[in-house]
Amino acid sequence: MAKELVLKEGEVDARGIVPINRQRFADKLQAYLKKPFSFALFLLICLATLITAAIVVWILAYVLIRGIPNLKPELFAWRWTSDNMSMMPSLINTLSIAGLSLLVAGVIGIFAAIFMVEYAKSTNIFVKIVRVAAETLSGIPSIVFGIFGMILFTDAFGWGLTILGGSLTMAMMIMPLIMRTTEEALLAVPASFREGSYALGAGKLRTIFVIILPSAIPGIISGVILGLGRVVGETMALVFTAGSAFNIKRPAGPMSQGCTLTVYMYSIISENPSEYAGVAWAIAVVLILLTILINGAAELIGNKLKKEY
Amino acid sequence: MKNNQVQAGTGGAAAAAIPSVNRAAAAREILMRILFAVAAAVFIVVVLVICVYLFVTAVPTITEIGWIDFLFGDRWLPSAGYYGVGTLVVGTACATAGALVVGVPLGLLVAVFMAFYCPKPLYSFLKPLTNILAGIPSIVYGYFGLQLIVPMIQQMFHAASGTTLLTTAIVLGIMIMPTIISITENSLRAVPKSYYEGTIALGATKERAIFRTMFPAAKSGVMTSIILGLGRAFGETAAVVFICGNSAQFPTSLLDPIRTLSSNIALEMGYARHLHREALIACAVVLFVFILLITLLVMLLRRKEK
Repeated sequence: MAKELVLKEGEVDARGIVPINRQRFADKLQAYLKKPFSFALFLLICLATLITAAIVVWILAYVLIRGIPNLKPELFAWRWTSDNMSMMPSLINTLSIAGLSLLVAGVIGIFAAIFMVEYAKSTNIFVKIVRVAAETLSGIPSIVFGIFGMILFTDAFGWGLTILGGSLTMAMMIMPLIMRTTEEALLAVPASFREGSYALGAGKLRTIFVIILPSAIPGIISGVILGLGRVVGETMALVFTAGSAFNIKRPAGPMSQGCTLTVYMYSIISENPSEYAGVAWAIAVVLILLTILINGAAELIGNKLKKEY
Repeated sequence: MKNNQVQAGTGGAAAAAIPSVNRAAAAREILMRILFAVAAAVFIVVVLVICVYLFVTAVPTITEIGWIDFLFGDRWLPSAGYYGVGTLVVGTACATAGALVVGVPLGLLVAVFMAFYCPKPLYSFLKPLTNILAGIPSIVYGYFGLQLIVPMIQQMFHAASGTTLLTTAIVLGIMIMPTIISITENSLRAVPKSYYEGTIALGATKERAIFRTMFPAAKSGVMTSIILGLGRAFGETAAVVFICGNSAQFPTSLLDPIRTLSSNIALEMGYARHLHREALIACAVVLFVFILLITLLVMLLRRKEK
């Protein structure tokens, strides 16, 4: 015989309520029906996610569908002519600007990060000012960098439009990114590594170069690759520093003009968007594939090579 | 205490035995230390040089044009000698506000989904997707907008032209979403789990727990994400210049064309000479000052977070 449940004052009959960790979908739905506002919010959240995912897929699909048929072999000819509209010279310019700017920004960014993590105390006023400077730099829009690069390298130094000027402008832009990622990588190296190295009699410099940097290298490389992605995707910082003339037969040295892939795309859209639509779509595909590849590689190296300490 | 003394003593003896090696090593240590410090100082130098160069170039120009005429003038007509950035600042502000209206609600809701609802397999699909959105070069956004969203807006509203404030807001809104999503998601995840559990234990629904407990707890992170998105939209150029219509006037409706500070520079810098060129540099300085204020705001918020 079932025992009669006797409720005292203030007690609730809990037999019908499902514990939260045992709830099934139907239970959840039933609970939602009692709280229509929560349910509406839930639907809104799902809807927003769906819309966002759809937008990304839409952009990617549209660019690929419009661009891939336009990826003709003559677009990758070594020499540019007004017939083939080859993107190869701009692609090479992109790579040389990326190489130069990563070299400069890499050295400065990594060295600065070593100073910030290994040498300076975080309460140091100098360190605080460097942090503020880095944060300021990373917030400045690319067009302002472009104008500054133009005033400094093109006008004041009298270089005119040069690959070197563009590279140095880009280096200023990606320095904070490389410093930040390197700092994170250095901070992730356990203190016991340093202590062990010192205990064996190694000096600070030896500890940094032989113990700490090799352990932090995946994080540092992934930061540098992220910087590469920024350079490949950048337009406005380069238009007024490295030049936007795309009718250059082939790329030349660092003191000559060099329009990158993005600037090439920018120039032909400004010039005649209907005539060069196909070329622009093809460049868009190359740019998107490049950035996906680069960012993917950065993430892969950052995750896969990360050692578990 | 005694041990320490002994150790220090032997260390000193060893140093005395091989002084030349130690001195060279010590010199190298100091040299590299200075080199690292110089690299860090480069950041300060670069920011200072940027500030000095931009202001030194712009202040005489603005003085020549007249501070009131430049900052509040509503006519940008270089051919007639009018250099007023009033319409450009308003255009930029409208485009940024529009981008926030589009990007913030969507971005925050997606961040909630990714932090609290997303099953693991779906997460490993959604996260790369938002990363791709962040990685797409802005010129590609601009071209996509020009080829697709401009005609779409034109047809939808039977407008004379599809290059409008609305178009700009949509494209910029999509562009700032990844910033908002990733920072908001991280700050929501950083809130202690016990807050959420406590709220659920008190009988709140999941949504109530998220929006009434987790969001207020992650407030400064959410604000930071919005302000960073704002900064990105404010200075964006390559995505905007082809789709905003570029007419320097105050917009009266969503379907009016606008001209932003950044697109103004990009459009005219190629052929500008003399005062016109100087005035465009001054436009960049106006943009720079706004961005400095935004950065300051972000830094204050970050400090509060700690």
